[in-house]
Amino acid sequence: MTKFYTKEHEWVEMAGAQATVGISEHAAHELGDITYVDLPKIGKNVKQFDALSAIESVKAASDIYAPVSGKVTEVNQALDEAPELVNQGAESQGWICKLEGVNEAELGALMDAAAYEEYLKGL
Amino acid sequence: MGYCPNTPDDIRDMLAVIGAASVQELFAPIPPELRAKSFDLPPGMSELELMRLMREKAAACGADITPFIGGGIYDHFIPAAVDHLASRAEFYTAYTPYQPECAQGTLQALYEYQSAICRLTGLEASNASLYDGGTAVAEAALMSLRITDRHKVVLDASVNPLHREIVTGYLHGLSAEAVVVAPDGCASDLARLMASIDDETAAVIVQSPNFFGSVQDFRELAQKAHDHEALLVVSCYPIALGLVASPGEMGADIAVGEGQSLGNHVSFGGPYFGFIATRKRFIRNLPGRIAGETIDHQGRRGFVLTLQAREQHIKRHKATSNICSNQSLCALRGLIFCAALGKKGFEDLGLLNYDKAQYAKSVLGAVRGVDLLNPGATFNEFTVALPKDAAEVVQRLLDKGVAAGVPLGQYYPGMERALVVTVTEKRTKEEIDRLAALLEEVLWS
Repeated sequence: MTKFYTKEHEWVEMAGAQATVGISEHAAHELGDITYVDLPKIGKNVKQFDALSAIESVKAASDIYAPVSGKVTEVNQALDEAPELVNQGAESQGWICKLEGVNEAELGALMDAAAYEEYLKGL
Repeated sequence: MGYCPNTPDDIRDMLAVIGAASVQELFAPIPPELRAKSFDLPPGMSELELMRLMREKAAACGADITPFIGGGIYDHFIPAAVDHLASRAEFYTAYTPYQPECAQGTLQALYEYQSAICRLTGLEASNASLYDGGTAVAEAALMSLRITDRHKVVLDASVNPLHREIVTGYLHGLSAEAVVVAPDGCASDLARLMASIDDETAAVIVQSPNFFGSVQDFRELAQKAHDHEALLVVSCYPIALGLVASPGEMGADIAVGEGQSLGNHVSFGGPYFGFIATRKRFIRNLPGRIAGETIDHQGRRGFVLTLQAREQHIKRHKATSNICSNQSLCALRGLIFCAALGKKGFEDLGLLNYDKAQYAKSVLGAVRGVDLLNPGATFNEFTVALPKDAAEVVQRLLDKGVAAGVPLGQYYPGMERALVVTVTEKRTKEEIDRLAALLEEVLWS
């Protein structure tokens, strides 16, 4: 499966019409120790690039934007007790939520891993 | 030492430096009609004369009047330790005392204050204080909107009317709505409150003892609110908590109140402090600052401001509140007051208030034409119905040196004859008897 990235450092991975969403390894590293993930409410409908939820580190709080439009169907409850999972694996066990009803055409507005790598070099 | 900041020599020197010939010339750019012609001050006087003058002025302003007024602000005894410890320079003159490396004492005091508030309210987390009781109720309403993602609160009309006004003002700006529920006589109408809760309700806001002095149990209301995934906010009177069930015991999710009764003098509107406490699971939605306990890299106990990512200096428009300051010194007085009394002392204080007010109820209730309006439980405050306009009666009693209470007509149309009378531990039997005798006199002679 292919991951796609936003300029705001979220990733999304599709499995059928279901998308898994998180923040990139780069973002997790830049934020430092994550202390809290404000998980989105299940059932929430979001549009691509709208604020989905927020993430807090020791000295910062940042919005997480929806990489694609969809409805939140599942959140990573483990982050409630162990937000550090994001630091340990932002693009694996530190996933934030799953979205359903995703229009795959929206992925065209995102970067693939190679393009994101290039984008990071330019920051 | 000299008490005059600028001697004539000082003034001459300063004028010489800036090149002005006189003070009048210095102020020349200000149009003459805007300048003070003279200050109505007597010539200098000795400390003894000055103290006598100030005592006379204080007496003329009502310092000699015996207060039976409450309505949110109460005349309680303040142990000398409160003034003494709170005026220590380390606390009193500290500026921006929140850098943990240089303000461990202040942070520890706030941490202990929070612990005292948690003990009193029966809840798990407190912040380091808010401006006053009214903003505390409003912040609790905002908290409930954030937590539930809903836009309606049910507001009991027996909550302090001044506090309610702050709540509705805040909600108006947020396009949220307050559904105000009228009381049943002097008590909250529990049935109507419960019927007003629906799946759109963020919170139900009630107060006990309420503005009429009635004490109520809100356990059933808490259950009903929780059934609809709404919160219960209880505004409480901290001194009463020595005697009555705490908000936490009643199932409240947020407890708030005015902290003035805890070691702060009655003055013209403040400074006071508001307290707010909640369940641990809501701590990220608590407004204001929180002092926390931690250990340093050598394992030593230390104190810090914690969960700062909720605050506006980091989170900007997404902060939990636009309030970024707290009433540190007033809250400190509250802590010292609680510590000076201790658990037993707090219970005793509650009992004293209750007993004296019960006595007042019996003697005032015996005055011809006076009816007691709280059939249920009260603490140190109760409402009476008079045969005449309460505001007029209060004015006539003021002329006799007694402030008889808060007339309700100004807050509750139709209750022009109702008066809320407050009796704290400071009122003596003689003062209470005198109130009853004067009331009889004013009503019937």
